[in-house]
Amino acid sequence: MQVEGSGPHRSATISVLVENESGVLARVIGLFSGRGYNIDSLTVAPVEQDQRKSRITIVTSGTEMVIEQIKAQLDRLVPVYRVSDLSREGSHLSRELALIKVVGIGNARQEALRLADAFRARVIDATTESFVFELTGATDKLDAFLDLMRPLGLVEVSRTGVAAIARGTRTI
Amino acid sequence: MDTHMTEAATTASGAEILLRALKDQGVEVIFGYPGGAVLPIYDALYQQNEIRHILVRHEQAAVHAAEGYARSTGKVGVVLVTSGPGATNAVTGLVDALMDSIPVVCLTGQVPTHLIGNDAFQEADTTGITRQATKHNYLVKQSGDLARIVHEAFYVAKAGRPGPVLVDLPKDILINPAPYSEKPTSPHRSYTPRTEPDPAAIRNAIALLKRAERPIIYTGGGVINAGPEAAELLCEFVRLTGYPCTSTLMGLGAFPASDPLFLGMLGMHGTYEANMTMHGADVMLNIGARFDDRVTGRVNAFSPGSKKIHADIDPSSLNKNIFVDVGIIGDATQILRALLAAWKADGTKPNKAALADWWQTIEGWRAKNCLKFTQTQNPSGIIKPQYAIKRLHELTAATKRDTFISTEVGQHQMWAAQYFPFDKPNRWMTSGGLGTMGYGLPAAMGVQIAHPDALVIDIAGEASILMNIQEMGTLAQYRLPVKIFILNNQYMGMVRQWQELLHGSRYSESYSEALPDFVKLAESFHAVGLRANNVGELDGVIQEMLAVNRPVIADICVDQKENCFPMIPSGAAHNEMILGPEHEGQARGITDEGLVLV
Repeated sequence: MQVEGSGPHRSATISVLVENESGVLARVIGLFSGRGYNIDSLTVAPVEQDQRKSRITIVTSGTEMVIEQIKAQLDRLVPVYRVSDLSREGSHLSRELALIKVVGIGNARQEALRLADAFRARVIDATTESFVFELTGATDKLDAFLDLMRPLGLVEVSRTGVAAIARGTRTI
Repeated sequence: MDTHMTEAATTASGAEILLRALKDQGVEVIFGYPGGAVLPIYDALYQQNEIRHILVRHEQAAVHAAEGYARSTGKVGVVLVTSGPGATNAVTGLVDALMDSIPVVCLTGQVPTHLIGNDAFQEADTTGITRQATKHNYLVKQSGDLARIVHEAFYVAKAGRPGPVLVDLPKDILINPAPYSEKPTSPHRSYTPRTEPDPAAIRNAIALLKRAERPIIYTGGGVINAGPEAAELLCEFVRLTGYPCTSTLMGLGAFPASDPLFLGMLGMHGTYEANMTMHGADVMLNIGARFDDRVTGRVNAFSPGSKKIHADIDPSSLNKNIFVDVGIIGDATQILRALLAAWKADGTKPNKAALADWWQTIEGWRAKNCLKFTQTQNPSGIIKPQYAIKRLHELTAATKRDTFISTEVGQHQMWAAQYFPFDKPNRWMTSGGLGTMGYGLPAAMGVQIAHPDALVIDIAGEASILMNIQEMGTLAQYRLPVKIFILNNQYMGMVRQWQELLHGSRYSESYSEALPDFVKLAESFHAVGLRANNVGELDGVIQEMLAVNRPVIADICVDQKENCFPMIPSGAAHNEMILGPEHEGQARGITDEGLVLV
């Protein structure tokens, strides 16, 4: 017999198509905090302006039973159109964007610029003693780049959280 | 969504449009309490005669009254309260309705839109506060949305798993002209719960049920919520199969208690036979129950050998607490209809010999007579609370009147569930999920409003009844002949029982000190007050209570030390039940792990 809390944990990327109305994000977040679920990343923006729809992408983790619960709980919220577990429904793409400020002079500054080039990060602002890099990619790529920047003068990061979509012709 | 604007209506105020929408939704009664922000609605109510307003004495009671109205009729209960404290007082009632899946629409006043967020007088962030206390809530920000939102609120309250829906109404929206839109004819944009069960799931369920050797059917409040037809279909299905049937607290009455196939309630204070049958079953069919912790006990020891079939309207109920083998999503009426048809169509013959053996085992458990108690018949003897309810049932049944029972929360509630049998649905109003003391009196009010000629009794404890005692005023104002039957043991009995069993009989703050004289209290509220001090006075008091067509408080002084058994201690399994002092050979008590549970 399977009991809640048992079994291995997995990470899940869940896309939720919702009515773009006030309070909808609070409803989703309240559901997670009220029932003790994890939120590793959360992204929201309107996607179909004329139809008043927004898309929320949530990266969460838990046992299989908990993740099935999360999906069912999200699906029964009144302003939710559809819930899609991208990590279970075929392969999908996940991307995140980060703005990264690195302050420094001399060799550290040059090394930061060389690594940024290797990671295909763009320089979107520069002074004689700072850069702001823009980097897009999967979460682990961003994490790796930030690890490299840390000893080179990393002072500030702003990340968007994950946006995700299914490969191929499949839609939410 | 279709919105047919009617030209003439554009001159009506928001309050008038609100009432028009309520009338179109079939609303006949509102339970409410006025205040500054909702004065335009009260002014509009004053100028019409179609909707009746019942003035309660506290907003929490308005919601419980609406719940009683809804549970006893199958309609949506409607509440109207003002902003700020009006709304916050209603919150307990809203959570109660949410936990027990009761359809309620709660209309709250709000400060005018231009003052929202300014900490205005009697302002509260009502939609923020009630977001987790309701199934859904709305803040009407534009007059053009008002009628649509009201219609939608009624749809959401009823559709799928029912629940409370709140509509927050700023005062300017109520005063300004608003357009009217008719009830929508097209489906809701995003919320369309599935009601028709998957035929494959039905076939899988029947295949398991037909091959069962030790089956059990376990039903809950979902069958009641689905309507009287679901209860009729349940009876037909249980009788067709000949399988034993048990029920949760919320499901009592869906299957007749007088039928020998009924094992009584299961769970923490369920019968020995119901819990042992659940523990030993090889196939379980759950219809409209949610594997609440009061039913399951320790989850990894709950019905450990059974294949489990769970039929529910709410997909999130599946595999939430207990992993099941077959899940069926849908409305209980449609599921039961499909199960009946599939049972008849399936050629497999059930294993009659195994079923006969199973019933023989069950009858052995039943013979234990787990609910037995000893009542002295010496007229000056102390009344056992169980005996008081047994006599209440017998004398009530003798009147042959349609009888509705509500309860408060605690020992008396469990004794009512154990000793007052129900043969029909919608006759039993109790706070199951939230366990709200103070529920019973206002719920009984709501029932009596809906069923003016019925006999409505609130089985209460002396502690719970004080939590909404102010509603005696409402009973008096509307001449509602509700009977309040207090099992007065001068303790918060269930707290006292747990302190005795778990905390070394240290009765911390559970004694009902400085109680009022309930007879005089009744009289001061223009009701009849009666008291039974001993066995000899009990029947006379009950008969007088039933005979008068006025509100009554019957103060029944009962044994202070009586505990509610059987009891599955927290953290224990169904086969580790504690039976009462009448029974030999006790199971083990409460474990350390159980102590942290509630």
